[in-house]
Amino acid sequence: MSDNKSNWPLWEVFVRSRQGLGHKHVGSLHACDAEMAIGNARDVYTRRQEGVSIWVVPADSITASSPSDSEALFDPANDKVYRHPTFYVLPDEVNHM
Amino acid sequence: MQAVLRLGDDALVLGQRLGEWCGHAPALEEDIALTNIALDLIGQAQSYLTLAGTLDEGSPKTDDELAFLRTDNEFQNLLLVEQSNGDFGDTIARQFLFDKFALLRAEHIAQQTFDLDAAAVAAKAVKEIRYHADHSSKWILRLGDGTQESHSRIQQSLNNFWEFTGEMFAADEVDIAGAASGLLPDLSTMKVKWDSYINEILEKATLVRPEDGLMQTGGRKGVHTDELGIMLTEMQVLQRTHPGASW
Repeated sequence: MSDNKSNWPLWEVFVRSRQGLGHKHVGSLHACDAEMAIGNARDVYTRRQEGVSIWVVPADSITASSPSDSEALFDPANDKVYRHPTFYVLPDEVNHM
Repeated sequence: MQAVLRLGDDALVLGQRLGEWCGHAPALEEDIALTNIALDLIGQAQSYLTLAGTLDEGSPKTDDELAFLRTDNEFQNLLLVEQSNGDFGDTIARQFLFDKFALLRAEHIAQQTFDLDAAAVAAKAVKEIRYHADHSSKWILRLGDGTQESHSRIQQSLNNFWEFTGEMFAADEVDIAGAASGLLPDLSTMKVKWDSYINEILEKATLVRPEDGLMQTGGRKGVHTDELGIMLTEMQVLQRTHPGASW
């Protein structure tokens, strides 16, 4: 394993906070292997008690949607209000939803 | 009281040394890792020195007074922790040799009942030191079982620091009294565990355990290498120039 800085791959870091339900993306870092990435993420992104669980993913493994496709991917959902569950009348007993 | 003072001094001197890496480490993430370790150590130093200061009933002192107003021959830290950082590999080698010793020691103190205040400090320290030991041993594996250059350089670093490892296990009257009371671990038993851990990691890292030769001692008695005096000059200059100053 080389410790040459220019060869260290990029990792995306996701942290779940104590009160949270899901891991949120908090940033990225360089590390030479997955174990080191977890250690570095602990040092860099959980210094201030931000989290109780860390996921690191090689940045290469992430496929992102392209901004130029965002019209086709997301705009059609804007005017389909029938997909939202907002037309039910809830009885008082469960109205806190 | 001397036993607790030594715990504080080891942590303080090593914490100060690691703090020197701030802004100079080879990678941003390592910079934060090393300085986090330094902060952990300084926190431990503050707790132990505060406790040691209260145990000196004749003339109680604060942690700041102990840290900033003693001269180098009043410090009882190990010679190993006062050595200069050198390059990143040297620092890792120094950490690797010290961290397991510190962990075994803290684990013992955390569960003894002779001094419950020391036990509380040690219990918190154990969690921190476990991470330090993991960090340094993983780096030993990466550097040792790495490229030819990293392998030969880390081997050289380990060889250079080996002469300071004997002092960790050289029991003097404070250690013997401490072991008798239960406060401190028995150093010869501890050495066996330390040896097996060091040997295991070195073997996996394809490194050679340096030969035991003449071991440097004296730190516990206040007889230090030049390194400590130079480091303290920088560390203490502010308090000595403006006594009693605070932020």
